[in-house]
Amino acid sequence: MDKFEKLSGIAAPMPLINIDTDMIIPKQFLKTIKRSGLGVNLFDEMRYDSEGKEIPDFVLNKPAYREAEIIVAGDNFGCGSSREHAPWAIKDFGIKCVIAPSFADIFFNNCFKNGILPIVLPQEQVDVLMKDAEKGANARMEVDLEAQTVTTSDGESFSFEVDPFRKHCLLEGLDDIGLTLEKGASIDAFESKATQERPWV
Amino acid sequence: MTAPKTLYDKIWDAHVAHEAEDGTCLLYIDRHLVHEVTSPQAFEGLRMAGRKVRAPEKTIAVPDHNVPTTEGREDPSNMPEDSRIQVAALDTNAKEFGIHYYPVTDVRQGIVHIVGPEQGWTLPGMTVVCGDSHTATHGAFGALAHGIGTSEVEHVLATQTLIQKKSKNMKVEITGKLLPGVTAKDIVLRIIAETGTAGGTGYVIEYCGEAIRDLSMEGRMTICNMAIEGGARAGLIAPDQTTFDYVQGRPHAPKGAQWDAALNWWKTLFTDEGAHFDKVLVIEGESIEPTVTWGTSPEDALPISAVVPSPADFKGGKVDAAARSIEYMGLTSGTPLTDIEIDTVFIGSCTNGRIEDLRAAAEILKGRKVKDGIRAMIVPGSGLVRAQAEEEGLADIFQEAGFEWRLAGCSMCLAMNPDQLKPGERCAATSNRNFEGRQGRGGRTHLMSPAMAAAAAITGKITDVRTLA
Ligand code: SF4
Repeated sequence: MDKFEKLSGIAAPMPLINIDTDMIIPKQFLKTIKRSGLGVNLFDEMRYDSEGKEIPDFVLNKPAYREAEIIVAGDNFGCGSSREHAPWAIKDFGIKCVIAPSFADIFFNNCFKNGILPIVLPQEQVDVLMKDAEKGANARMEVDLEAQTVTTSDGESFSFEVDPFRKHCLLEGLDDIGLTLEKGASIDAFESKATQERPWV
Repeated sequence: MTAPKTLYDKIWDAHVAHEAEDGTCLLYIDRHLVHEVTSPQAFEGLRMAGRKVRAPEKTIAVPDHNVPTTEGREDPSNMPEDSRIQVAALDTNAKEFGIHYYPVTDVRQGIVHIVGPEQGWTLPGMTVVCGDSHTATHGAFGALAHGIGTSEVEHVLATQTLIQKKSKNMKVEITGKLLPGVTAKDIVLRIIAETGTAGGTGYVIEYCGEAIRDLSMEGRMTICNMAIEGGARAGLIAPDQTTFDYVQGRPHAPKGAQWDAALNWWKTLFTDEGAHFDKVLVIEGESIEPTVTWGTSPEDALPISAVVPSPADFKGGKVDAAARSIEYMGLTSGTPLTDIEIDTVFIGSCTNGRIEDLRAAAEILKGRKVKDGIRAMIVPGSGLVRAQAEEEGLADIFQEAGFEWRLAGCSMCLAMNPDQLKPGERCAATSNRNFEGRQGRGGRTHLMSPAMAAAAAITGKITDVRTLA
């Protein structure tokens, strides 16, 4: 997993509540054999018309937000099914952080497994961030995971909570596999001992 | 003196690469088997993280779940698109990551749990995993073997370990001899009928006793294959001369001095006198009859002499479940099992797709004909099983009797390829799961041994094979 470094990026405003996983990635894209490549279908039905043409009004289709790395959204982001395809699609598009007043639980967990930082902030602060995001490509928002702060383009700063272990994993870019690889020396030692004892394996 | 250990304890202890304070262990994995359905995202995960397969020489891949079992399948245009994509992905991943691979064009291709033992990849005392619940099969060799999910597949590919906590020990002993006409499949169906599908949850089961010792390796694999249907994490049978004879000379089995060293260690793999089991079940071998399922859970198994039960025969949540099963299966309580008419027969799967299973079916089918109107198919578990059956003349017996003689794969066991039941069709099957829709939407499955399935093909009804012998 990539390390979550200090992020300074364009934030896309999505002032909707209950953005569910069906909106994030509709079910026809679950037959894939991949986790990658889902970015083009992120928010598919909001983003394209029935002929597959881009809907110009949709935020991620606007020139200012095509390179967005942050989403600022309404309550209960990521509700619906447990599909991990949702964070896979978000990640693949290039979004690294989602800020909302609340998240659906499974989606929230899935984010961390995929190197995405979900930030919960009170509604009033999200409102301020939403306004900032609406300024477009010139307004870069800053997310500092180490310091646990989000800063608007005007320099207004809010701090957020994050579970210490998850913070550590994101900062170091660790997933289950990453954590196990930290014990690489134990595995190496076991392997050489086992090879001596049971060379036929 | 160290405390007496079970077979499971011994294999576990020999594979702990790291233990955390809370007892969570990193278990080293000796063999990782891979198939096309549960692996694509795992390989993709490696690629995205820039990781390699840590031990490609211990990783073996074979397509089995999706592949058609009809001629001409090497031509990808004969596969439905989503299957074709999954198989092609396995092809690419196997090449890119440098793991052992048996494509459909290779005579050694087959169901992953049949190919592993056949090629000598599975050996006593190993840890074996695969993204498939029936990995328990390999426990027949005294190997600790269980199924894992896709994220764990990725974990094993990257680290050759699995994050695990130890299970409890359970012993299932089958004493004495079996009656004529009774096979390994009948034993395991009887065990699950007694323990229930959750009876093994949290345990690794060791199967032992004279009736188990007397089984061939094929029979032992049938038993361990269904350990998972009883909820167990894994099933185990201690290796003995039968095991060593089966393993010796297989392509990837040790040779020469290595064979001697291996044999020395394998001979220490048994449960010590006085070792503790957290749960014990003893069944008298002579009390086991040919056994079939009537419902939609493998625990819905009864001796062939029984009748379809009534929901009132059960307690608790099982009352409703039994009523639902009976309705789904289109049965009437009180009907003798031998009065149930079938229209399809499926002999195959990782439970009963080995040469001995085909021999048992051929013995019943020799000189007989499949009843008119019945669709009957035999799907060998691997290309090598198929070749051997042809050499032994079994294939001729099947075809003369009116069976379709297919190419190797999972086929109608899970109906992911075109071999499926239609709604309401009733199948005598040698596979391991009779869940609703398992063999096709609305399809009805009765699990039984290969000989019993062959008997059903002849009479068109569920039949006590002993009346035909
Ligand atoms: S034969 Fe059936 S149970 Fe065995 S691996 Fe294939 S699908 Fe699974």
